[in-house]
Amino acid sequence: MARYAVGEKVRVRAAFPPTPPTHVRTPHYIRGHAGTIERICGAFGNPEELAFGRRYGPKSTLYRVRFRQADIWPDYEGPAEDHIEIEIYEFWLEPAERENAA
Amino acid sequence: MSGPGDTHDHGHHHDHHHHDHDHLHPYDPAHNHPHREDQDDTMTYYKVMEAAVRELLIEKGLVTAEQVHREIERMDARTPANGARIVARAWTDPAFKKRLIETPKQAIAEIGHDIGPLHLIVLENTPDVHNVVVCTLCSCYPRWILGIPPDWYKSRAYRSRVVREPRTVLREFGTEIAEEREVRVHDSTADMRYFVLPMRPKGTEGMNEDELAALVGRDSMIGVVEVDADGVTRAAAE
Repeated sequence: MARYAVGEKVRVRAAFPPTPPTHVRTPHYIRGHAGTIERICGAFGNPEELAFGRRYGPKSTLYRVRFRQADIWPDYEGPAEDHIEIEIYEFWLEPAERENAA
Repeated sequence: MSGPGDTHDHGHHHDHHHHDHDHLHPYDPAHNHPHREDQDDTMTYYKVMEAAVRELLIEKGLVTAEQVHREIERMDARTPANGARIVARAWTDPAFKKRLIETPKQAIAEIGHDIGPLHLIVLENTPDVHNVVVCTLCSCYPRWILGIPPDWYKSRAYRSRVVREPRTVLREFGTEIAEEREVRVHDSTADMRYFVLPMRPKGTEGMNEDELAALVGRDSMIGVVEVDADGVTRAAAE
């Protein structure tokens, strides 16, 4: 069951687990930033477990989250309407109100 | 993956010819000519691993050499022409376009492509939005319909720059997007793959599906160029 709804404001956790030995599919540049749920992609295996052959853990809801480029890059070159959309697993998201909680 | 030998750099093959000689030696049994090695390819770590895993799978009877060979052939047969057919159908058949966006897997199966386990998202370019695709973490790409990705798509320069300064990168491909049109970057970080449905160019109203498909190059379906009506897409030169 998806925790967040389309259109809801979320924030990517500002967590920086050591790499390796983890296999994180949340790019560094987006961690800590707030965006809006664009769509729910479904439930998928957790890559941070799958990478180590652990195939039978719980699945995670995968979302596509839309971010304003100007929020991510303070000196962004283009207009304020430019966006970037990224797939983020639910356990990497938190409600946007909770500022910077890691 | 796309088969053995896919992991090497395609940069500077002319460097590999330094063993060649362009002069003839008179016969001299004492002359130890440095013959060119029969094995003129380098066994990289990944080539060794690929061969080891493949031979083990065959030895254990899980796959046959024939199956491996056929799968590589099938992968190599996938080309951007598959994607171009999908685009041309969407341009000429509004009901198909609707299905393509809502249920891409089923729509693509209608024209004979089984995209397997691929979860595809179709991104429609409009007068308001231009879409461009990247995988910043590696090189995720919809190989089932576009074939093997171009080297630049896998380069660190493209992967890091197109999220940071997409308009500058697009300009380097010759693509100028008006300020009032949104540039939307899609970072293919996890389980989805992305396919851009470019806009049908003006002046193509009289063209049939085959003629339209011939206009659609690979790069327009990644989103770094738009489709030109003059019949010469920039990607066609590749």
